[in-house]
Amino acid sequence: MDAFLNSNIGILAITIAQTLAMLVPLLIAVAYATYAERKVLAAMQMRVGPNQVGPLGLLQPFADALKMVMKETIIPSGANRALFIFAPMLTFILAMIAWAVIPVAEGWAIADINVGVLYLFAISSLGVYGIIIAGWASNSKYAFLGGLRSAAQMVSYEVSMGFVIVTVLLCVGSLNLTQIVLAQKTVWFFIPLFPMFIIFFISALAETNRTPFDLAEGESELVAGYMVEYSSMAYALFFLGEYANMFLMSAMTTTLFLGGWLAPMDIAPFNWVPGPVWFILKVSLCMFTFFWVRATLPRYRYDQLMRLGWKVFLPFSLIWLVITAFVLKLAGWLPV
Amino acid sequence: MATLDRAAYSLLMTELVSGMALTLKYFFAPKATIKYPFEKTALSPRFKGEHALRRYPNGEERCIACKLCEAICPALAITIEAEPREDGSRRTTRYDIDMTKCIYCGMCEEACPVDAIVEGPNFEFATETREELLYDKNRLLSNGDRWEPEIAKRLELDAPYR
Repeated sequence: MDAFLNSNIGILAITIAQTLAMLVPLLIAVAYATYAERKVLAAMQMRVGPNQVGPLGLLQPFADALKMVMKETIIPSGANRALFIFAPMLTFILAMIAWAVIPVAEGWAIADINVGVLYLFAISSLGVYGIIIAGWASNSKYAFLGGLRSAAQMVSYEVSMGFVIVTVLLCVGSLNLTQIVLAQKTVWFFIPLFPMFIIFFISALAETNRTPFDLAEGESELVAGYMVEYSSMAYALFFLGEYANMFLMSAMTTTLFLGGWLAPMDIAPFNWVPGPVWFILKVSLCMFTFFWVRATLPRYRYDQLMRLGWKVFLPFSLIWLVITAFVLKLAGWLPV
Repeated sequence: MATLDRAAYSLLMTELVSGMALTLKYFFAPKATIKYPFEKTALSPRFKGEHALRRYPNGEERCIACKLCEAICPALAITIEAEPREDGSRRTTRYDIDMTKCIYCGMCEEACPVDAIVEGPNFEFATETREELLYDKNRLLSNGDRWEPEIAKRLELDAPYR
């Protein structure tokens, strides 16, 4: 058995099993995130939301998926066919592969690489390609404008997000996500780095093109932005990609600031609950906040969005980074 | 000082937090939804729904073919033809309402001197074809027979205000 597990085929089989164990629950969670979003939005607008398909409407995501699959895939005659098909796949794949490094519990990451944060940051930056390719390949002005807006927006917010991550890295002294979580054993980083936590979360909203930064979609002015020409499964892939990205950003927030799989306190009732449950709870809380923000805030104007990114978040995170560095050095808390 | 106040407001995000608090409050508020096919809203006695031709309690139709409703109908949805019956009374031979033209203004029931044409409480008469919405006299009379109890109650409730 050991010989098999250490052979190439054995390693491949284990990796595939691990990948499935991560992706299947993730996809189910993504499906139910759409349901949860509709329920949360409905509740905040004093409605009840989907409640007809199955008990409490719990089968609604499957009904939606079935509807999507049955529809005709329309490819506009002016579109670049290859890129038009490729863009949603890229968005979806990028949203999935980022999960390879997320530690759900101690040692539960598929790839526990020592540059995990860098990998995550790289993958989430690549996400803009799916959108801009979709916007360009559709050969439609609305899609194109949506793609342009999204590209500018993602680039802007990645800068301050990078500084926030650097601040966290200063406190940890490692790029490994498991190490980052373990460094929060005494106190979760969202307490000492609270302003950074807020900036990170708001940037995460911008990064996933969610309200109040959903200018890339902007249904009141751009119809549906970069997705306007898409239908059927291609559209569904964008949709799944968007929600998977939200989950990814929630997982990043959880890992960097909310102590990953760690219990709030290492005492009796809390440490009975296994780590993955804490992880899922924290990610769910972040997802709820995503929906909550959507139910509350109107869309930003484009110049306000750029102002917030470049003239508020960037200087603020930079200054906070310097302050953090000074405090760590002077207090002698700098990790080795 | 004003600058300091403004800086404090925007840094502490007071407006954002109060807005979020409001939506969170509504998240737990009782829901206003009426689950329509299973639950229905209360209808006013003056609700103007599907038309019906009424009869007297002895079964005689009320309409005397005065054609006031046809004359007042702003959408020209009503068509009436009339002839004396064998017993000499004036009755309609044809009473059609084109429900696709009707704007549900209620002028026909206002004009009617004998409360023959009325708009009942029924609003669930969607059809699959257009032709089904071209109502003839039989259809209107059968509507009247079907909805008479509710129409009578409705007229009685509204009578004090007329």
